[in-house]
Amino acid sequence: MPAGSQPAFPMRRSLFRKNLVTALLLAPAALWLVVFLVLPFVAIAIFSVGERAPEGGYQAALTFAQYANLPARATAFWNTMVLAPVGALACLLVAYPVAYYLALRAPDRWRLILLALIVIPFWTSLLMRTYAWMYILGGRGIPALLAYVGIEDLRLINTPGAVLLGIVYGYLPLMILPIYVSLERLDRRLLEASADLGATPVSTFLGVTLRLSLPGVMTGFSLVMILLLGEYLIPTLLGGGKVFFIGNALVDLFLQSRNWPFGSAIAITLVLVSVVVLIVANRISTRLSGARRVDLI
Amino acid sequence: MTAVPDIEFRAVTKRYGAVTAVSGIDLAIPPSAFVALLGPSGCGKTTCLRMIGGFEQPSEGQVLIRGRDMAGTPPYRRPVNMVFQQYALFPHLDVEENISYGLRQARPRLSSREISQRAGEALSMVQLAGYGRRKIHELSGGQQQRVALARALVNKPAVLLLDEPLAALDKKLRTDMQIELQNLQREIGITFVLVTHDQEEALSMSDFVCVMNGGRVVQLGQPSEIYDEPADLFVADFVGKTNLLSGTVAGLSGDLVDVALADGTVIAARKRVPLSRGEAVSVSLRPESLSLSAPGGGSLKGIVRNRIFLGSTAEYAIEVQGIGSLLAKADHVIGQGNLFQPGEPVAIGFAAGAPLAFPHANNNGTNQREDQNAEILS
Repeated sequence: MPAGSQPAFPMRRSLFRKNLVTALLLAPAALWLVVFLVLPFVAIAIFSVGERAPEGGYQAALTFAQYANLPARATAFWNTMVLAPVGALACLLVAYPVAYYLALRAPDRWRLILLALIVIPFWTSLLMRTYAWMYILGGRGIPALLAYVGIEDLRLINTPGAVLLGIVYGYLPLMILPIYVSLERLDRRLLEASADLGATPVSTFLGVTLRLSLPGVMTGFSLVMILLLGEYLIPTLLGGGKVFFIGNALVDLFLQSRNWPFGSAIAITLVLVSVVVLIVANRISTRLSGARRVDLI
Repeated sequence: MTAVPDIEFRAVTKRYGAVTAVSGIDLAIPPSAFVALLGPSGCGKTTCLRMIGGFEQPSEGQVLIRGRDMAGTPPYRRPVNMVFQQYALFPHLDVEENISYGLRQARPRLSSREISQRAGEALSMVQLAGYGRRKIHELSGGQQQRVALARALVNKPAVLLLDEPLAALDKKLRTDMQIELQNLQREIGITFVLVTHDQEEALSMSDFVCVMNGGRVVQLGQPSEIYDEPADLFVADFVGKTNLLSGTVAGLSGDLVDVALADGTVIAARKRVPLSRGEAVSVSLRPESLSLSAPGGGSLKGIVRNRIFLGSTAEYAIEVQGIGSLLAKADHVIGQGNLFQPGEPVAIGFAAGAPLAFPHANNNGTNQREDQNAEILS
């Protein structure tokens, strides 16, 4: 509304007050984002076009040499690009049935308890929980038990399987919750309508349930995948640290060899890849869910 | 009736835990009829519809569709289709995909040419030709209603089930759709079973009305039968407007009883169930069966408290000493400006067959139970 057509003062004052309240409410979050997200990001971006100081760290410069050097870490990139989607997919395969049961099959009075059981382990540090798995999968864990029943020389720890197991275990709640939410919101009458129109339970699941829960699936998938892009703890502890990921490379470059500019260039590249993943996921889920637009970012 | 009923209930009972939603219903719905299941919320009408559709299983008894027992037959193998309350259209599919959804489920598979042809026909049938590629959320409520109708009818069901299909529409649209539904039913010739709590809708649309209360069928009949000859006090009160006058049975003579009203006036009323002398009864008197005249004649005397002039008719609220307020409805003929004024004394008369006497206490009990059930179920 143009200001000139506004005859009454109180209206404008209340509008001003409303804006002020909005600004005040947003201020803490905005401040937080600026201090802990935008500033570090800008710093990293500046580092990434700099040079390594002779004794390590950052030295001001304007060069894209660090980016040109990225192929040196191609293996880490490649491993990460495999681990992230495969890990997210494994998570999805385990999470979907759980979310489905929770949202559509579980008795009402059990639902909250079961949800709590899924979330509560998350209150312990991932490091602790991964150490526990090291012990369970290690020589004195499951292999020792299996030896009792005659299965000898089974190697579990330091295998790709162990890494996958650790990932699924660690990231499961992040996958379950968004899928659960989208299934919980699903209008049950749509399932009845589908059955009424002659669809078998399998067709109904594929044509209605799965289709309408895809926004949740995409949210969970991109969430887990993006976190996996930076993951290095689980592969190191359960995979024996023999395979290198971008996460390992970053730790190494920032803490060991102190090549901040190169580490920054890798970090920036990782951020860009994450953004691409999010945009693609958003596109797909918007198209598939039809009517409703779902914004992930 | 010699033909096999399209839908038959045999001693059907449905319980949810301790609550009995439907108790011991026997019902046969004749072929090619428009039948309304009418009742207040919680009376079991929707449960009955859902048992026909296969979404609920009877706790006892049998539901038969065209003579076949449907026990254990899942919804997707039943020859019926439903128009759901608020339509339940698939939001991720466009109009044509919604309509052809059922056709795509058919085994053996239909050719895509047949599917699109039949979907097109269904679209024209509900006057939505050209809307095939629209998204559901782009349609108005009335259009969504039509899509839901086409989506069900395109499968050529033996029976079409309609669960409060018009509840979400505004009054004008509802009236249009009522006429359209009636026309569709006559055109297609299959049985329509409509669930509604709106007695006007039930009376105006259907060939048969099945009045339900407290999980039972109270009366099944043609609309005029239900209105003129209600089976009990509940039906008399629920279907149409009526005046209920309390009194006691003062005398019996054949089909008639003499009822002494609260003010001492004795009127003759027809009875539907056996009554005994001294029993407390309610007498139902439809507003349009009351006739008003200048003081002097009539059975009851009162004073006009309020008048609502509606053009072709006029409604009067009349205060009768010792009895309470009565509603009277009189035809208005142009040129005869004989409207009674508020404050004017009038005499109230009625045709000999008009008053109907029903046992009193028993029915109140039923109503109370009904309300409790409604609360539990809602």
